[in-house]
Amino acid sequence: MSSAAVGPPVVQAKSLHCPGCGGPVTLRGFGHTLSVVCPQCHAVLDVSNPLVQILQRAQQAQERIQPKIPLGTRGKIDNVIWEVIGFQVRQIEVDGIPYSWDEYLLFNPYYGFRYLSEYQGHWNVIRILPLVPESLPSVRPRLRVKGQIYRHFQHCEATTVFVLGEFPWRAHKGEKAVVDDFIAPPRMISGERMDGEVVWSLGEYWTGDQIWKAFQLQGRAPAAVGVFENQPSPHHGRAGSMWKTFLWMLVALAALMFYFTVSARRDEVFQQQYTFSTGTGGEPSFVTPVFELKGRSSNVQLGIKTDLDNNWAYFNVALINQDTGRAWDFGREVSYYHGVDGGESWTEGSSSDSVTIPAVPSGHYYLRIEPEMDTKQPSSMSYDVTLRRDVPSYLFFGIAFALLLIPPIVSTMRIGAFETARWRESDYAPS
Amino acid sequence: MSQPAARCPSCGAPVSFRWAGSVQTTCEFCKSILVRTDVDVTKVGTVAELPPDSSPIQIGTEGVVDNKPFVVLGRIIYEYEFGGWNEWHVVYNDGTSGWLSDAQLEYDVSWQVNPPPAPNLLPQNPQREEPFSWGGRAFQVTSITKAHYKGVQGELPFQYWDKADCIFADLRSNDEQFGTIDYSDNPPALYLGRAVGFEELRLKNLREFEGWRK
Repeated sequence: MSSAAVGPPVVQAKSLHCPGCGGPVTLRGFGHTLSVVCPQCHAVLDVSNPLVQILQRAQQAQERIQPKIPLGTRGKIDNVIWEVIGFQVRQIEVDGIPYSWDEYLLFNPYYGFRYLSEYQGHWNVIRILPLVPESLPSVRPRLRVKGQIYRHFQHCEATTVFVLGEFPWRAHKGEKAVVDDFIAPPRMISGERMDGEVVWSLGEYWTGDQIWKAFQLQGRAPAAVGVFENQPSPHHGRAGSMWKTFLWMLVALAALMFYFTVSARRDEVFQQQYTFSTGTGGEPSFVTPVFELKGRSSNVQLGIKTDLDNNWAYFNVALINQDTGRAWDFGREVSYYHGVDGGESWTEGSSSDSVTIPAVPSGHYYLRIEPEMDTKQPSSMSYDVTLRRDVPSYLFFGIAFALLLIPPIVSTMRIGAFETARWRESDYAPS
Repeated sequence: MSQPAARCPSCGAPVSFRWAGSVQTTCEFCKSILVRTDVDVTKVGTVAELPPDSSPIQIGTEGVVDNKPFVVLGRIIYEYEFGGWNEWHVVYNDGTSGWLSDAQLEYDVSWQVNPPPAPNLLPQNPQREEPFSWGGRAFQVTSITKAHYKGVQGELPFQYWDKADCIFADLRSNDEQFGTIDYSDNPPALYLGRAVGFEELRLKNLREFEGWRK
């Protein structure tokens, strides 16, 4: 096609001489560049027409800031090559304290411009949005963009305090913009109002390591300090998956519990009824006949059922292995009181008791029982002692449940702590 | 699609219109602006040397919008206080024509609303953030630009060569729809379309840039 010959076949990069110091200035952004900073004298030049003019004299008053990514560096983001052509430092003031961040301008002659911002090791890849976000009615401002809700984070006035390289607008020191940030980590929407016009952009959080890799930079990326406004919570997905794991463990636990319940033998190995009264004198302790506990080591449940009525009793009990002499000693108090007080009936305690002794090996056993009762008044009772072998015990399940709860709860608390740290830096920090 | 060639009344070079709807073209050799009459072409002016421009698009670039292939036949270059932009006149393979604008490599496609809306249905004195609805689509005026034309190239669907300053109101929605009201027309012309990504246009026959590969 002949008409394609109207423009030069290859667009050449331009260079010019700084009208301030005469030094060479290369333009990387082709015809898109409106302003460029002379790399020698740091004067800001307006290159919008062939008569290059000085937009702002050299920024001598301040130190020369070295961008972490040098101008001219190329990197790959989302499969597109970008070249760093501009750099600026912008500053906001909160309660009289200045905070500044770096902003890189990235260029590709086909794909246009992207921005890269860095604050204390936290990076954002930013693109202009060709839309006006929908504002949602709420106490704290919210936006909806492509179905995603963004919450207002902060409102501030940003001032450019240092510029280097070239820009498709007349970037200069002292340039001001009113900025509103809305977040939905790892994304954020920013509205920048300059000269009455609002430009909306979408930022996506990148780690320093990702940036270093994308631009193949030497050394290691500076470590990130604190929590950044749209930094994704490292615990976010983790807590969800932990709760999911917890639910599965709970299902497994319930299945195990069911199995234990149905498979427990609950063999009654001993059962006898006794009576006791305080008036009879003599040694109250006695031993039972020998009985056999069979099978694998398993628990033994001792049940004591009394006819106590507004009274108490205390039982010193020992389960003794006749073969080895090993004894399990324990005391159980049984008390049962009831009455009517002010028209209301009440009860306290129970007339029966049960205790489980874990992991008792098989063998021949007997019980030594020594009941005690109130000696200030004549008391008597009849009671029933039952011993069962291999009774389902649920204590283990309770402990397992509590232990399983720990990781998801800790993780959920960490999310809370992370979010607290995030919002502490916002306009909505609890003071 | 090519029409029978005419000759440039200024230099005699052959002039062809690739789209039947084209009203104006520029002579590739002497840069005369030529307007088509019924039988011939008339020279109405001369374009100044085109400003250096860095759009990757050029006359003859091909692409696709909504699965419809198009070819770029002409353009208007505008300039304003903060830079400039290109309005590329594109013709689709179904014979319709529209616009592809490239403003600092942000791309939008649009089509003129025909017939033009009654002027009282458009913002009379557009203000930023003023709402505007058309055909159930809700827009907001996002910028008002006072621009002047810097040059024309190739085929255009209307005569456009001696316009002075023109006021444009750009419209955006919250779902990337786009619009422009051109107040230099009488009545003002409304163009509606949407933002498009570079990748989405699947452009071919682009310009090359020193040190870059597409």
